[in-house]
Amino acid sequence: MSAPAPAAVHYGAPRRVRYRLLELLLILLAVLASVVAYALVGLGAQNEIPANVYQYGGWLLALGLAAHAVVQWRARYADQTLLPIVTLLNGLGLAMIYRIDIAKGRLEDGGGAAGSQLIWMTLGVALAIGVLIALRDHRVLRRYTYTAGLAAFLLLLLPLLPGLGVTINGARIWIRLFGMSFQPAEIAKILLAIFFAGYFVAYRDSIVLAGPKFLGIQWPRLRDLGPIVIAWIASVGILVFQRDLGTSLLIFGLFVAVLYVATAKRTWILLGAVFFTGGALLAAQAFSHVQQRIDGWLHALDPEMYNREIGGSYQLVQGLFGMANGGLIGTGLGRGRPDIVPYSESDFIIASLGEELGLIGLFAILMLYVLLMARGLKTAMLVRDGFGKLFAAGISFTIALQCFIVVGGVTRLIPLTGLTTPFLAAGGSSLVANWIIIGLLLRISDNARRPQEEFHTGVLGTVRQETEEEPSPRRRRREEQAGHTGTGQTPAGEDATVIVQEVPGPEGSDPRERGQA
Amino acid sequence: MSELTIAALRLGLFVLMWIFVFAVAAVLRRDLFGARAQTGRRATRPAKPMPQPSYEAGPIPRPEEIAATPRHLRVVQGSLAGTTVPLSGTPITIGRSHSSTLVLSDDFASGRHARIVPGEGGWWIEDAGSTNGTLVDGERITAPVRLRVGTRITIGHTVMELAP
Repeated sequence: MSAPAPAAVHYGAPRRVRYRLLELLLILLAVLASVVAYALVGLGAQNEIPANVYQYGGWLLALGLAAHAVVQWRARYADQTLLPIVTLLNGLGLAMIYRIDIAKGRLEDGGGAAGSQLIWMTLGVALAIGVLIALRDHRVLRRYTYTAGLAAFLLLLLPLLPGLGVTINGARIWIRLFGMSFQPAEIAKILLAIFFAGYFVAYRDSIVLAGPKFLGIQWPRLRDLGPIVIAWIASVGILVFQRDLGTSLLIFGLFVAVLYVATAKRTWILLGAVFFTGGALLAAQAFSHVQQRIDGWLHALDPEMYNREIGGSYQLVQGLFGMANGGLIGTGLGRGRPDIVPYSESDFIIASLGEELGLIGLFAILMLYVLLMARGLKTAMLVRDGFGKLFAAGISFTIALQCFIVVGGVTRLIPLTGLTTPFLAAGGSSLVANWIIIGLLLRISDNARRPQEEFHTGVLGTVRQETEEEPSPRRRRREEQAGHTGTGQTPAGEDATVIVQEVPGPEGSDPRERGQA
Repeated sequence: MSELTIAALRLGLFVLMWIFVFAVAAVLRRDLFGARAQTGRRATRPAKPMPQPSYEAGPIPRPEEIAATPRHLRVVQGSLAGTTVPLSGTPITIGRSHSSTLVLSDDFASGRHARIVPGEGGWWIEDAGSTNGTLVDGERITAPVRLRVGTRITIGHTVMELAP
């Protein structure tokens, strides 16, 4: 197109520099807060600043700056707040894990959980950097829709293999390789997000428009929804066999969220809730440990429940006591007793932080998650291609849902399920997977905010001549069969259509007319 | 180390964490509402009615003092770049709503975002109570503004101008 390119006026150098400068300043602030937290842990618990505080701070700073430099080099327009937010969350988590290490005396006999967490964080940052360098355009991922789906299944199946899988606390979701345990489901959730996004972006029209109408809801035809229903049954089935309802809820939630974003129909959320409640009730009948979780949630403060040896509510109630002890401003880092709670450095790190930082600190942490989610969804709104929208919305939603499941469980809003708090909890697989998610979000937001004339990535051509969103002849034929006369409208934020009407059109019931503006 | 220092550090950590939260929130705010808050309270309030806009489909009032008479509205940047709409003496509405003359597929445009109407001495643009505002030559408008050839109008990610 021969239009002049005056975009530099608007998106040019000053603005870009401001993005990255702000990112740098926020990273420095995040590292400073993390180091203060680390020092306070030492002061509170041992009355001296930890000897390695400079190495610790330096390492954290080096990781932050390395990530910043790569973003500057490879993703100049990327969102400026994502990296600082996760750096701060990761730093606070490290301080708290170190605090539990001290309390449990794990530092004397070499290597606590904090040390390995820092190594995992380094690996995570390296992988996020790797994503930014290797992946120049997120739309490439769409080519691997089915490969990603298949890989996700194989990963989810891995822990069931004899010899490889390990059962810890009744859940068979870990694999052990070379002495290290890993949760394949964490990586699988990213692959599933690719699969769901790629599948729905190709078939959402036929899901929304074709098919019988029944009970006021447009039902999709079975053959359109078949693969995805099989995917859902399989992943939920696998997780029921592996007895990890947290991950099951996470994957099902991701599925419903992507479906909703793709079709803009609220009925899917309703149906999803009904399906999940039904599934959960069945699971409660079938599996004793699910029933125990629900009992422990409803009757947590019963002495009988509290004292029960297996499946009691001791952990949950101790977490609640801890947070109550913390109160508004907390006991101060290193001054509480978060180590009384079992798994206080992983599943219950929110309770530990609540005890020592109090409500003020915990709300700051929850705000960080809210902001992270907001930036992720904003990226999904800004990005121009349908696959990117669904993918960004899906992976941001997994982080938010994971937070809700964990924090809701720890605060006794919903039954407790075993999931990790993103970026905070001790646990390598979760940390690495979430850093990869941040790498992907940075890449998508860079593509979303890059001015058009700079958009040539050499991979798929420029966005303006987007051809991949053209309905294929096969799809068009299907729609015609279903009696759908193409009005040129596509659902849910698709931007492929350009309509210049001289006469105002009569139809006023556009699904997109929901109040965004 | 003294108890006072520790208390100060604890307070310092809270302050740092919340400064961080508010700094990020400020970025979100800037993205939503533009660079700086308007001094005139609400730029989204519908602007005052225009001085006698002539809505009847007649010939455009002759603008003697303008060198070139605008005859088209041309989109120069955004997903619709290259689109032109003829100026024919009837008002042009711009927005995401499908009843607009120029339908923008832009998440930052409102359903009814702005209108360009013939008025005294040429064409005028008026914000129709949009959420994110209409920029004319980089300035957010609060009242109808007279347009000349080449005046840059920015709505969301779309930039357009009047062309001869």
